[in-house]
Amino acid sequence: MVSEPLVWAILLLPVLSFLIISLVIRPFLNRIPALSGWLLIGCLLAALALSLMTLWAAAGHHVPEFRQHAWLSVGSATIAFGLLVDPLTAVMLVVVTAVSLLVQVYSQGYMKGDPSYSRYYAYMSLFTAAMLGLLLASNIVQLYMFWELVGLASYLLIGFWHHRPAAAAAAKKAFIMTRIGDVGFLIAILYLFFQSDKFAAAGLNAFHIPDIWQAAQPLAAGGAILGGAALTWVVLGIFAGAAGKSAQFPLHAWLPDAMEGPTPVSALIHAATMVAAGVFLVARFYPLFLASSAALTVVALIGAFTAFLAATMGLVMNDIKRVLAYSTVSQLGYMMAALGMGAYSAALFHLFTHAFFKALLFLAAGSVNHAVDTFNMTYMGGLRRHMPWTYVLTIIGGLSLVGIIPLAGFWSKDEILSGVWGSSELVAPWVGRLTFLLLAVSVLLTAFYTLRLVILTFHGQFRGGGEKEREEAGVVAPAPVSAHAADSHHSAAQPAGHGGGHHLAESPMVMLLPMLVLGVGTVAAGYVANPQWVHSLLGIPGHWITEFFHLGLEEALSGREAHLAVPEFSLGMAAASTLIALAGLALAAALYRGRGAETRKDPLERGGPVYVLLNRRYLVDVLYENVLTGRVFYRAVAGALDWLDRNLVDGLVNLTGLVFRNAGRPLGLLQTGQVQFYAVALTLGSLLVLLGYLVLR
Amino acid sequence: MSSYDLYLISPYLAVAGTGLLVVLLDLVFRRKGLLAGVALAGLALGLLLTAVQARDSLGLGGGSGLPNLAIGPGLLAASLAVDRFALFFNVLVLAAAGIVILASVDYLERMRGNHGEFLALLLFSATGMMLLSAAAELITIYIALELTTLPLAALAALLMDRNSSEAGLKYLIVGAISSALMLYGMALLFGFAGTTSVEGIAAALLAPAQQPVPFGSYAVLAAVALLLAGFGFKIAAVPFQMWVPDVYQGAPAPVAAFLSVASKAAGFAVLLRVFYTGFGDFDWHWGALAAGLAAASMTVGNLVAMSQTNIRRLLGYSTIAHAGYILIGVAAVAGTSASQASPGSLTTAGPSSVLFYLAAYVAANLTAFVAVIAISSRIASDRISDYAGLVQRSPFLAAALALALAALIGIPPTSLFIAKLYVFSAAVHSGLAWLALVGVINSVVSAYYYIKVIRVMFLEPPAAQERIHISPTVWAALALVVAATLWMGIAPAAMLGVAEGAVRALSGVAR
Repeated sequence: MVSEPLVWAILLLPVLSFLIISLVIRPFLNRIPALSGWLLIGCLLAALALSLMTLWAAAGHHVPEFRQHAWLSVGSATIAFGLLVDPLTAVMLVVVTAVSLLVQVYSQGYMKGDPSYSRYYAYMSLFTAAMLGLLLASNIVQLYMFWELVGLASYLLIGFWHHRPAAAAAAKKAFIMTRIGDVGFLIAILYLFFQSDKFAAAGLNAFHIPDIWQAAQPLAAGGAILGGAALTWVVLGIFAGAAGKSAQFPLHAWLPDAMEGPTPVSALIHAATMVAAGVFLVARFYPLFLASSAALTVVALIGAFTAFLAATMGLVMNDIKRVLAYSTVSQLGYMMAALGMGAYSAALFHLFTHAFFKALLFLAAGSVNHAVDTFNMTYMGGLRRHMPWTYVLTIIGGLSLVGIIPLAGFWSKDEILSGVWGSSELVAPWVGRLTFLLLAVSVLLTAFYTLRLVILTFHGQFRGGGEKEREEAGVVAPAPVSAHAADSHHSAAQPAGHGGGHHLAESPMVMLLPMLVLGVGTVAAGYVANPQWVHSLLGIPGHWITEFFHLGLEEALSGREAHLAVPEFSLGMAAASTLIALAGLALAAALYRGRGAETRKDPLERGGPVYVLLNRRYLVDVLYENVLTGRVFYRAVAGALDWLDRNLVDGLVNLTGLVFRNAGRPLGLLQTGQVQFYAVALTLGSLLVLLGYLVLR
Repeated sequence: MSSYDLYLISPYLAVAGTGLLVVLLDLVFRRKGLLAGVALAGLALGLLLTAVQARDSLGLGGGSGLPNLAIGPGLLAASLAVDRFALFFNVLVLAAAGIVILASVDYLERMRGNHGEFLALLLFSATGMMLLSAAAELITIYIALELTTLPLAALAALLMDRNSSEAGLKYLIVGAISSALMLYGMALLFGFAGTTSVEGIAAALLAPAQQPVPFGSYAVLAAVALLLAGFGFKIAAVPFQMWVPDVYQGAPAPVAAFLSVASKAAGFAVLLRVFYTGFGDFDWHWGALAAGLAAASMTVGNLVAMSQTNIRRLLGYSTIAHAGYILIGVAAVAGTSASQASPGSLTTAGPSSVLFYLAAYVAANLTAFVAVIAISSRIASDRISDYAGLVQRSPFLAAALALALAALIGIPPTSLFIAKLYVFSAAVHSGLAWLALVGVINSVVSAYYYIKVIRVMFLEPPAAQERIHISPTVWAALALVVAATLWMGIAPAAMLGVAEGAVRALSGVAR
């Protein structure tokens, strides 16, 4: 049904697009840049079709065993490239290609007139290819390569407007901070490499992912290949990589800064897909996590704590994209917490629905920015009259994020909460209770910041937009340097839309259409993919996606009981979470409704030091940048190394060079050019070999 | 002579026959460009016949396959071994000759209409190299060696200017002396063993009541040292390397290219066959010898290369250094059996790393030489300083040369990175960690002079402004070798598998 070349094509189509854009279109056809956009959209359309075919095949158990292509052998370890299509991959393929496709269509409007339009699409192709490669990898080294490529693409896209210092700094920060997590991942891979003999003895390949799953399972003949403390450390190493990509505490600080990139990038990479790669990675190696209770505890607690911490910071941000960024961090925390508590399918279901509604919210934020030329919500307001479509779609996305029935977010968040509540015996009881508490409080906070965002942006009176902001900041338009006046070059491209704040208008159709599609997804994805109440809907059986994911996991565990509960829909839990959410909404409505046109002051500022602490993001960034990087790392560590390098290493290198260069000269003198001498040297050389052998022996 | 014998020697006949044909056609054709086409067709025919033999050897065309096709109904089993090892080198030599011919189309304009001679001599020499890799008997080895060397001497002198004539004469004289020494060695061996067959020598050496000296007898030891003079001359290992820089500088650039890859590969082929098959039970003794030569070649080659100002002399010293790296693989066969004296303990890791290294080196070094041929036929200079700013005059040529030099350093993702990795790890596994360390240090040192060339090409202001144009055939040659260099660096598994299979055909290993 679905053959190997077809699955490879999913990955190769965006690769092709990347190559054509960067090697043909950008050098030779830069006069018609729209070509690059349509090329990528065409490739993604085909990739989406193939992904749907793959999902269909996977759902019907028609995915054949794919071949492994040996690439390199080192000792007993063979690195082979191949495809791994299980339910997890199949669903993620569809999510990535679908969201990427919609975002690329949206970008046709949003990036119109950008001088680096083709470069944008080249990077986007690279990102999509890398992301798909990451999903399809059957080998941990292959996965790691694409993992790093994804990081590279993210770096390039965050710093897309590299002439802006804030964007360049944010790109660097994102890259370095995720690399810190990746070191853990790399160490885990290296550990597997050093165990390759043990794997080989059991007929397994230390890099082949299904073999790694198997190695963590207790074998009939006493114990697993991977087990005990070593397994826990390997798993924690993998989780470190996941935490970096998914912006989990303490590596969360890069994601809000990453909003310096173009808004479609934020929607695709920093909301819907790449940041979910961390969750994907944990899910990919879930059989290993299940074998280590300690690791699961760490995952659950870090996830829950991140969900809570990020939500609190989201309360006070004034930049609309930053609110959404913290919201993303928080929602990723939900997924991690669910994974830590054994609610495997709930976490992935939430990943699935989150991709739709969070991409929608980001695209809506971009649409708002397109009209008002700023991301600062204190200069927005009253936009619902001018941008009705954007308003309605933001409400849909927002309520889904809050978890209001019947939107997609409700179903998945509810599954996470029930899963955590009825937690299994995988972790200690107190971990379960603490996780649930943190997640429940986060529901309240989520509701609050979401409604605050909606009110500040769309309700009340318009407060002047980007022009006013620059005026107050004392910057002469039209050369904004402030980070918040991002995407400002649009004013050059489309002067009509950015007159004096009175030309507020809805975004063009090419931007609205993808948002509408995502809106439909946000409304429908919840029960179409996972019908809860009914036995079957449109031919889709109840709990379809949950069961599908479970099936994949059970296969990975090779038939061993997973001890995982399928969270049944519980009316009590639904009612409780809805009540909490409603309370949050009411609180926000009470504080922000009916304020005057010129009121800039945030009511939360009455919180005093707490507000300052939240607004300064718990001083975590200060700690990282000034104390850890500046003092400890740069001055102490780097200073000492610098001294060593100058005096010891350079000295040795210079000495080697000196010795070799001076030794070469006299040897060169032997090269007289006299053929007689050459003949003698040859004959003597032969004798020398003989004598040397006898003497040295 | 039966038809089976003809089948066995058909690749050699095809190439040598094409050589004769080219000489004849040279008298007839006005357009000398067609001659190169004929020569290439002959090489392609040789490649095709080699492929047919490979198919039969692997048993792909039915039957179970024969490791050595010569051991069959024919008469040639005593003198030739048409096995996968020989077929591997056939492909290497034919490919190298083809690339050199493609690349020298522009250069031949400078040769005063000596097209026919150039091509015919090249084909004769290639025939000799192919025979050398299959020769299983001392007389055949000697004839093949002479067939390889004499046309090369004529080729080196083909420009007929002062430098070129000097190069030809030097190559001839030094070559003659080295083959004289080798002949002494062969005579000694024959006297000791009573046979010229390499397998027979192995049997004779195994006979009981040997003295407790290297190779069982001082006569054999002397013979080995003398044989090494002949093989060392071909592979350009220290202390038999003196001719290299002068010949590389004086000879026509395509000839230097051919010398640096095909001649060296054939030299290693005969070296491996004689040592593995003939002296397989004394692996530890010649392992130590090879290790010593390896260390000396690497160090001397790299040291002297550092102060070179002429690109061809630099590449000449570089090939000496690379002979050293390859000899590490030859040495790496033996170390393990020092402790376990039983015969048959040879590993395939060492020799298969040699074969892979040779393939990788042929691709990378030809890339460098094709670029140098293209450049020097346009700017008429081999001085490194004249390469200044080459990137502005021909970005693709500069990039290709930079890639080749990076490969010669051993930087991934190029072929020689993997090759060095395998050679060094084979050494470590054979207990020759010290030799691997010498190799690594030498690789680091070599980066100095290779990168110096890259720096001149990319960072210095151009010496002249006009762009360098080269003909499509040269581009084709360049594209092929660049692709091969990258292919073996990125996906080495296929070539490694072929090298392993070829090495198993050597009886010393198969035992």
